[in-house]
Amino acid sequence: MSSSSISTATPLLAVNSVSKRFGDKEVLRSLSLDIFSGEFLTLLGESGSGKTTLLRLIAGFEQPTAGEIWMSGLRLDSLPPYRRRVNTVFQHYALFPHLNVSENVSYGLRANGAPKNEIFSRVADALKMVRMEEFALAKPMRLSGGQQQRVALARALINRPELLLLDEPLSALDANLRKEMQTELKSLQREVGITFLFVTHDQEEAMALSDRIALLRDGALEQVATPREIYAHPATAYCAQFIGQTNLLRGSISSGIAESGSLTFSCTGPSGPAVFSLRPESILLAANASAIVDPVRFRGTIRQQIYSGASELLDVQSSSGLHLRVRVPACGALSGEHEFVFSASDAICVKESL
Amino acid sequence: MYSKTYKFLVSLPPILWVALFLLVPYGLMLVHSLWAVQNGVIVHRWNLQNYLELLKNSVYLEVLFRTMRIAAGVTLLSLLLGYPLAYYLSFHAGPRKELLYQLVIVPLWVSYLVRGYAWKTILGSDGVLNGFLQYLHITHAPVGFLLYSPFAVVLMLTHIYTPFVFLPIYASLEHIPRPLVEASHDLGGTPRATFFRVILPLSMPGLLAGATFAFVLSLGDFLAPLLVGGPSGTMIANIVQSLFGAAYDWPLGAAISVCILCLTIGLLFLAEILEKRWSFE
Repeated sequence: MSSSSISTATPLLAVNSVSKRFGDKEVLRSLSLDIFSGEFLTLLGESGSGKTTLLRLIAGFEQPTAGEIWMSGLRLDSLPPYRRRVNTVFQHYALFPHLNVSENVSYGLRANGAPKNEIFSRVADALKMVRMEEFALAKPMRLSGGQQQRVALARALINRPELLLLDEPLSALDANLRKEMQTELKSLQREVGITFLFVTHDQEEAMALSDRIALLRDGALEQVATPREIYAHPATAYCAQFIGQTNLLRGSISSGIAESGSLTFSCTGPSGPAVFSLRPESILLAANASAIVDPVRFRGTIRQQIYSGASELLDVQSSSGLHLRVRVPACGALSGEHEFVFSASDAICVKESL
Repeated sequence: MYSKTYKFLVSLPPILWVALFLLVPYGLMLVHSLWAVQNGVIVHRWNLQNYLELLKNSVYLEVLFRTMRIAAGVTLLSLLLGYPLAYYLSFHAGPRKELLYQLVIVPLWVSYLVRGYAWKTILGSDGVLNGFLQYLHITHAPVGFLLYSPFAVVLMLTHIYTPFVFLPIYASLEHIPRPLVEASHDLGGTPRATFFRVILPLSMPGLLAGATFAFVLSLGDFLAPLLVGGPSGTMIANIVQSLFGAAYDWPLGAAISVCILCLTIGLLFLAEILEKRWSFE
């Protein structure tokens, strides 16, 4: 199959100002989001951010309190889940314990009255796609977590949905298996070309898998962008801190000059109070730094040094009270005071909050 | 971890209990079934006459089959009432679930005998139901079969046993993880398809337990036929009771009891095999 092409003309799925309230708790607040055909979009957020609720609204297990959901030009939220061209991979797989793998995978086809020979060949294809052919007659409870997950995937994909929803499908797996499944999932999506809507709280996972990330916080969309975009240009302080690590510098800008603590550098932001996000890897040891554009220097004492193989994370405190985390390539144990430098363009001006 | 003496001493009371109240009575029953009655006295003469009598005399077989039909009827009706009730409570009751559950259990607090007499009052010729039917001019004379008939026995026993059928079915329905229901819907299963493909199969253990309970207990019931059964509603337990009472033929009564016991054990065994085949955990 050809690699996926993401159509950016009209969105496949449009979430229009959707709100969801449980009792007196508002879990989703007038959220709007477009999902394009063929893309791998991740809903990222902490627990309570509303990401699973949004997924369940799209699947049809809940109804929005306000707003609409449209898919392929038709109103989606007025349809019951069994009439939507959407399928779900559940967090704990939800495989039917009384059916074997083949029966589980063919469930959707049988429930919709597909002819027997068609079912047989499609099940064989689906199992081959997730490499579970030899388990065709096994019962789910005999399978490992990773195997169950692949069956759940086959069971959903066999129905050729327009949109596949994945509710934290990897969170129940151990770290190594998780990494392995991430690669499999990514290549599967490319191969099959179906739009994936993936929910996770793990930002590394989101970065690795997604074409775009939608970061949710307290029921609202904080930022929607590609992983590279969201990392390099976080919209808010929350985005900067949630994705990767960062240093948040608070200060102000006046006439193109930014001031934060004892640091001064040029900045093209509007005048007034400002927050800057400075990634630890943007800061270098002056001794090791070659030519930097718009350099900003400061001196600081290394309080702590955490070695992690390829790099070190330094806890630096400057004389002016600046407390920064700096990531440098592995360089042996350091101590005492050093001079650090970063480029002014790496201090990204972010909003305090939405 | 525990000494052999300790283990022996601790298992002694239950073993004595089972021996004294279960094994010894069954043993006595078996022994009596092989004896006879002569001139109004029990004679310890070993023979199989009692069992032959049961096979020859069609009365006993008729009553036994009637008893089994009544038990089957009770089981079927209890399931038809109990299952939808359990289903509604488990899947559609929402916040009222707890309260409704209590309401199902509450009738069990009322004595069996009291409920039996209540049914006599309702179903009798001068009873509430007949009065009501005549008041509405649906009938013009008391309907005979309502009381002192197999119909009345089935009705009363269904009333008694529906909560007992409800309980294990409710438990097994509650046990079904809700994501499975959502998964079925997600894959295109309508609520009806979901019920027959997912919910019903997974509730089979509870259904089986409830059905076994209702059938086996109805089979051996003697109070209901006594209160509301009349001559046409006599069940096998009443025969046994009279053989140990006025009719005074303990050996024959014992023989019938042994047969019922074997039948019951057979049914429980069957239920156990089916349960193992149909449980999925």
